[in-house]
Amino acid sequence: MAEYNPNYLDFEQSLLKIEDKINTLSNSTDKNESTLSQISKLKENFESETIKIFKNLSDWQISQLARHPLRPYTLDYIEHLFTDFTELHGDRMYGDDPAIITGIAKIDNLDFMFIGHQKGRDAKEKVHRNFGMPKPEGYRKAHRIMQLAEKFNLPLVTFIDTPGAYPGIDAESRNQSQAIAQNLYTMSNLKVPIISIIIGEGGSGGALAIGIGDKIAMLEYSIYSVISPEGCASILWKDAKKAATAAEALCITSSKLLNFNLIDSIIPEPVGGAHRDYVAMSSALKINLTNMLEEVKLKNINDLILQRKNKIEDYGDYNVDENS
Amino acid sequence: MSWLDKILPSRIRASKKKQSSVPEGLWHKCSNCEAVIYRAEYEKNFNICPKCNHHGRISARKRIDIFLDKNNREELFVNILPKDVLNFKDKEKYKDKLSTTQEKTGEKDALVAFKGNLKNMPVIVCCFEYSFFGGSMGSVVGEKFSRSAKLCVETKSPLICFSASGGARMQESLFSLFQMAKTSSALNELASKQLPFISVLTDPTMGGVSASLAMLGDINIAEPNALIGFAGPRVIEQTVGEKLPEGFQKSEFLKKHGSIDIIANRMEHRSIISNILNTFTQN
Ligand SMILES: [Zn+2]
Repeated sequence: MAEYNPNYLDFEQSLLKIEDKINTLSNSTDKNESTLSQISKLKENFESETIKIFKNLSDWQISQLARHPLRPYTLDYIEHLFTDFTELHGDRMYGDDPAIITGIAKIDNLDFMFIGHQKGRDAKEKVHRNFGMPKPEGYRKAHRIMQLAEKFNLPLVTFIDTPGAYPGIDAESRNQSQAIAQNLYTMSNLKVPIISIIIGEGGSGGALAIGIGDKIAMLEYSIYSVISPEGCASILWKDAKKAATAAEALCITSSKLLNFNLIDSIIPEPVGGAHRDYVAMSSALKINLTNMLEEVKLKNINDLILQRKNKIEDYGDYNVDENS
Repeated sequence: MSWLDKILPSRIRASKKKQSSVPEGLWHKCSNCEAVIYRAEYEKNFNICPKCNHHGRISARKRIDIFLDKNNREELFVNILPKDVLNFKDKEKYKDKLSTTQEKTGEKDALVAFKGNLKNMPVIVCCFEYSFFGGSMGSVVGEKFSRSAKLCVETKSPLICFSASGGARMQESLFSLFQMAKTSSALNELASKQLPFISVLTDPTMGGVSASLAMLGDINIAEPNALIGFAGPRVIEQTVGEKLPEGFQKSEFLKKHGSIDIIANRMEHRSIISNILNTFTQN
């Protein structure tokens, strides 16, 4: 095994070994019957080994999948999923933040306004997208799109995939806090349906700032957390290496959050994770998204907003002392 | 070390460490000008340094005591208590840390709510208790704030909130993150009834509290020299890899950048807020 292969995470190394064997056999010049049957056996092995690994993922392994370097990002879904997309730029005040993509979208005959975080794939793109960490102008661009959705009575769909809002001097100077708060305020009372899907990393306030909705769904191997496992580990365990332990304690996976009733549904991923099969992932996402859009479309908007408000009000759990 | 101290840049922490060389009890050493003041005098001055006007931290109860009229006060929602939903455990159990903190501070959680009068006008006041988990916002804080806003709608009263918080309560994970949505949503109701919300940002107001209710005041007032921002200075320093500008994330910096309306001394809050509320509610 030569250099690090980004295709496989540390817990998937057994898969890499099988793939190496398959490649060696496939590249051999004389392919007789026995090589071919060996290859097909190895492919079966590969399948069953993948299923075995993915049956028992730890919360930390799921976090790694959520941040997988090959995981589909917002622009990939726009390409595979949307029938039509007109990107809209800028906050009309300061600039255009490439870490958030917004626009007018269509899937088949369903029109909606769209907001999504965007991470970069290669080094140059990562810097351009600021690693998916929006600045105030990104959230203010999103806010403008929310208002357009309301004005022209179009549903709003958001895709969440960010490590968090950008912690920088410029972002603070332009009041990052207010930019986030303003979106929370507006989304909780927006007079059109909102569907919010966590496609990768749901990083704290930077995620929530486009994440209030009538339907909140998570892709199976996405995560959603108040703080990154690493950040939590270094503050509470005083040791960033305890990230795996922190990931477990924070309950950041889709299945745990569904159990706590903090999200509404989970969208299953292909075997091995979304990055193994963009087409399969996109079609699963399409079915789920269109179903949710059809469902909210049927509801009276006042009922929908009341339901949304009640749902938001129910967030939280506490004890009530009957004696005081 | 509180978790906010952890996110402060090392040079700020270093200067803070020096304080501890002054014996606790009789004397107070100002963290800003290092003047050593008789503690009784400092407390009589509402934790403001008489030499440099530095506004030291003050307990939620003491602040409410200074702010409201003496008559007709009533504490609200005292029966809302924290719950360890996640069974969270780091080096110690959240459950245990909650009870020791409750014992130490005499508070049940990090928000104290009162109804009372401000110069004879009925108001509802919420105040963060920084000594309780760094004033962090979890389910109890969100619920008490949200109920306070609701009570304002029922009684047609303005809402005033004094923030002092490191942000969301990590031990309550996504439940605490979603309190940002809950508190922001509650303010929509207030606005729809044209009831004012005055947000007073005190040292420190950071993270999830800053990025929700605290920045949503009709009027945002800050105490002088308070640390206010989304990300902690240490995180920013590590991310951008450069020294932070002088006075970065302090009240004066925020005012200069257009983020807050007024910087007001603690002893002026009663008269300033009362004047604003009288003007806003006369019609
Ligand atoms: Zn002083």
